[in-house]
Amino acid sequence: MKAAVRLKPGTHFIEGNLALAEGAIAAGCRFMAGYPITPASEIPNRLSQLLPTVGGVFLQTEDEIAAICSAIGASWAGLKAMTATSGPGVSLMQENIGLAASTETPLVIVDVMRFGPSTGVPSVGLAGDVVQVARGSHGDYQIIALCPESPQEMYDHMIRAFNLAERFRCPVFVLPDGFIGHMREQVVIPPDQEIELAQRKIAPAGTTPLERQDFLDPEVAPMPVFGRGRQAHVTSSCHNGQGMRNLTDPEVMHAFATMPIEKILRHRDQIVEVAADYAPGDVVIVAYGTVARSARAAAQAARAQGLAVGTLCLKTLWPFADQEVAAAAQQARAVLVLENNTGQMLPYIKAEAAAHCPVQFLGPRLLGQIHEPNAVLTRVKEMMS
Amino acid sequence: MSLAEHPLRKYTRPHVKKTTTCPGCGNGIVAQAILWAIDELNREEGLSMDDFVFVSGIGCSAWIPSPLFAADTLHTTHGRPIAFATGVKLGLPRQKVLVASGDGDLAAIGGNHLIHAARRNIDLTVVMVNNGIYGMTGGQTAPTTPRGLNTITSPYGTMEPEFNVAAMVAAAGAPYVARWTTYHPRQLKRAIKKGIQKQGFSFIEAISQCPVQYGRVSKLGRATAILEHFRDHSLKLAKAREMSEEELAGKITVGEFCDRQAPELASQWSELRARLGKEQG
Amino acid sequence: MRTELTIAGVGGQGSITAGVILGAAAVTYDHQYAAQTSAYSSELRGGFAAAWVVLSEEPVLYPRVIAPDVLVAQAQDSIERFAKVLKPQGVLIYDSDMIAQPPAQITRAHPVAATSLARNEMQAAIVANMIMLGALCQVTGVVSPGALEKAIADAVPQGKQELNLRAFALGRERVG
Repeated sequence: MKAAVRLKPGTHFIEGNLALAEGAIAAGCRFMAGYPITPASEIPNRLSQLLPTVGGVFLQTEDEIAAICSAIGASWAGLKAMTATSGPGVSLMQENIGLAASTETPLVIVDVMRFGPSTGVPSVGLAGDVVQVARGSHGDYQIIALCPESPQEMYDHMIRAFNLAERFRCPVFVLPDGFIGHMREQVVIPPDQEIELAQRKIAPAGTTPLERQDFLDPEVAPMPVFGRGRQAHVTSSCHNGQGMRNLTDPEVMHAFATMPIEKILRHRDQIVEVAADYAPGDVVIVAYGTVARSARAAAQAARAQGLAVGTLCLKTLWPFADQEVAAAAQQARAVLVLENNTGQMLPYIKAEAAAHCPVQFLGPRLLGQIHEPNAVLTRVKEMMS
Repeated sequence: MSLAEHPLRKYTRPHVKKTTTCPGCGNGIVAQAILWAIDELNREEGLSMDDFVFVSGIGCSAWIPSPLFAADTLHTTHGRPIAFATGVKLGLPRQKVLVASGDGDLAAIGGNHLIHAARRNIDLTVVMVNNGIYGMTGGQTAPTTPRGLNTITSPYGTMEPEFNVAAMVAAAGAPYVARWTTYHPRQLKRAIKKGIQKQGFSFIEAISQCPVQYGRVSKLGRATAILEHFRDHSLKLAKAREMSEEELAGKITVGEFCDRQAPELASQWSELRARLGKEQG
Repeated sequence: MRTELTIAGVGGQGSITAGVILGAAAVTYDHQYAAQTSAYSSELRGGFAAAWVVLSEEPVLYPRVIAPDVLVAQAQDSIERFAKVLKPQGVLIYDSDMIAQPPAQITRAHPVAATSLARNEMQAAIVANMIMLGALCQVTGVVSPGALEKAIADAVPQGKQELNLRAFALGRERVG
């Protein structure tokens, strides 16, 4: 085919997955590996067109395991790399999500979430993977996860995801659901020069691992990317700050497990984002992703009726917005948690909120269908009576 | 009196004083075959360790390059080194990317990546150390274990035929495939060198001895006895092709399974980018 | 004001394309906000297909259609699925070649013989959806004709713009 062309700056009416692919290119992504899966396939479809036109590579792999592994390999080759899949693909990727976290590899993983468990309903969106992306790989580790609620945020969050991955040398998830992945809406694409991009720090030339701290630095060590004579030693086994394997020293083991977690948590204020719109005494609806829109629509309707209702929408799911949820609960009359699942984030929200005010959960009337604002409003009124 | 330094020591990390292999293991022979091949390429073509990225998986032979080799090394999860190496090569098409790992890693858990890397013909050199057993986990049956052998997980004898991995990789489309044993270090070195020079997917199977696990379950015993077994049972491919299946039972066919040209993936990507007027990155 | 629309048919009739063009026209050329979703059966031809569009002067919060103000029905199946959720004063625009008699309770029903007009006057059955879009534009005015014309020209293949724009115009003229 002729060289594909990126969407021009301006307002477009496009589906979320397409916006996400454009956002990836704008973010500097130059490698994508993926395996077709509903409802994420439009992302590899589009990136296979665009990547070679910007000097990048697209690889359709034999499975999702190869997709994440080759993306990690490309990241060590120095490219901004990503993969995109849905829940079943994330299940297959889990072992190497842990590898990316423990080898401190910048990587963006898109999970356009769908109705599960198992094969489930591929075309119906459901926020089914919000905990598996954080806790599905074995051992203790920390990832970052962003949760867009519109095609515009699918574009914006890709830029933020790559920037966070580069800044903190870690896997960053972008977690839309299939509903907004396939929804069309206005997306404003800015000119490239208005987009701020972060680049990973690279270890100094002419040095070997022995003279450097390549890993386990809470301020994020410069990355000894391959192909520049740095003699990088990267291993998924327990390693020290120089990357050297060590399976005998309890101090090294402890640091290996905890430092990549602390590296992210100590910078949580630069990472965690919420949209707070509540006043003291409100019933505060806590939501994320597509159903955050139901929360806002319900709050708008409630306020029109003179009811004190606010919202706290989580833009990042991990690290968890513990302080922000606690702060809302301290002022709230009650908290109502909306999720497009059976309550996966509820225990985390309760842990912060339940000491301060009553907490209730509302799933959609039919799982996978977005909450209708009226149903939310009805529950809010029950909570007030 | 000062001890002479080993001529390959310059290719290893100075602070790595010992390897993770048992006495008598074939890993040392394979490691030397790789480094001697690189040494020749250094003298003939000016290649250095900085031109390489070494990728390995999990298992005894995954320790051949990592941490020993003084180069970029990526030690990954079980079965996946070829998938990681594919990303490295596509990101750094000018680097030589060499995968060293075992038969369990590459042919069992990672078998599908091996097949597809051969099919898509990406320029990797894969050295598969085949000791016919799971060594590190304690002597369990591998897909490469000869039929009938009593192992830890086949106490009544394996019922499954052994996997002819080299033939499978050749059938999947790899341009260069060879098999030698650790009894044939020079041939092994030449094959690895040829594999590195080949623009395309090359696969070198190194039949190797594990005196601790395989030596025990096969009752062949010590490393030298297994090497003698390799010597006495190896058969050149050309000769083997004239023999019946019955005559070939228990033999190890060695030699080059194929040596041909085919369009290579990373260079095709470079060509596509050039056609679209874009440099990489 | 928030307007909810459903455009439904069987796979291959272009209902989803019509929904996408409607949303694009509103957002790109008419200074409105729009959210568009769709669903279709696993068989891409002959099964069920529908597009839902929410139009508003303000950003759309809740993106789904709950009870459409407007139903564009290209097949009898669309009536069976969606007539019951149409708002009491809602507008039905239907292909009278495919739907003999709309439900009696729908008082604002507008027929257009989209399939036969496309075949006989356009020599292209494929543009029936553009005829339906023309009818929708004429009856409801939810998006301006100029915006829709520009969005159609953007969306259809090079060389097919004129045919599609004529079909759109024909739908505006012939809707009952």
